[in-house]
Amino acid sequence: MKKPLSLLSLALGLFAMSFITGVHDGYHVGDVARDFKLMNVDKSMKSMADAKDAKGYIIIFTCNHCPFAKAYEDRIIQLHEKYAPQGYPVIAINPNDKDKAPDDSFEKMQERAESKKFPFWYLYDDKQEIAKAYGATRTPHVYLLDEKRVVRYIGAIDDNSEDADMVEEKYLENAIDALHEGKDVEVSFTKAIGCTIKWKS
Amino acid sequence: MKQLLQILFFFTLGTSFLVAQEITFIDREQITRWKNSESDTVFVINFWATWCGPCVKELPAFEKLQEEYADKQVQVILVNNDFKKQFESRVIPFVQERNLKSRVVFMNESNPNKWIDLVSEEWSGALPATIIISGKKKQTLFFEKSFEYEELEKALLRVL
Repeated sequence: MKKPLSLLSLALGLFAMSFITGVHDGYHVGDVARDFKLMNVDKSMKSMADAKDAKGYIIIFTCNHCPFAKAYEDRIIQLHEKYAPQGYPVIAINPNDKDKAPDDSFEKMQERAESKKFPFWYLYDDKQEIAKAYGATRTPHVYLLDEKRVVRYIGAIDDNSEDADMVEEKYLENAIDALHEGKDVEVSFTKAIGCTIKWKS
Repeated sequence: MKQLLQILFFFTLGTSFLVAQEITFIDREQITRWKNSESDTVFVINFWATWCGPCVKELPAFEKLQEEYADKQVQVILVNNDFKKQFESRVIPFVQERNLKSRVVFMNESNPNKWIDLVSEEWSGALPATIIISGKKKQTLFFEKSFEYEELEKALLRVL
């Protein structure tokens, strides 16, 4: 009688462990990323499936308040303007808890999108499910997906967050260009300093 | 006259306490040096920025740890990651106003992708992050999280 019980608890324990590590792990290059249904700043619900004729998706976890996110705002706009016509739209997702980061509330997102005239969707991951599923830890944090939502690149936008003029390697653009040309993405994973995602307690 | 001298004396004494530490610039090789250190000193190295809320909140815990363990060969190092153009306008005043006693250094590297893995392959790059290095015990602990004092002390005691 004892044995099945301990086996059960072992199984439960393993299940719990895989859940916990799963949360921190998220996607790796090659994984198929899940779609989502999140509210855009215009109050419509958006999914990747709604992006018509997309050949890929530039998912960027970002936010209003983080200085690194701010430093990249203009570059994110330029990315969308350059690549959306080619079939690779930017989809920005704010995963921050509004109680922990009041500047990242939905209303503040609307204000920011309005004042910067964001040409891309700026979605609110209010349950933080998507950031967790993807394994995002910081803002900005990029996931480049191909047409079938296979993750092709994870990481930084480029190699200099402080100064766009000093950028030497445009990691994300190189990855999109490779994807577009049907080539392998040479540098498919990079790291950058960023603000921690403000998780709900 | 004596009174005036006294006032002058206390005035200079007072200002000498206000002179803040000089913040040196480091590059990624310094990270490698700390990690390969064989010295008896245990390094508690915290990566932070003035604009990072959770970082600023946990600074007192690191300051307290430095104070409590100063005579036990523990050195707290606060590695600042603000933008370089804000070094004069933000970092220096911040360190002065808070009168930080732990050693503050500035991470003078433009491409974090070249040094984040040197700190730890486990680190995603989100701030704050902390490594505790014991050269003598050949042990390194890494944390991508913020600390309360008790927890930080516990982490230190694991390698001390």
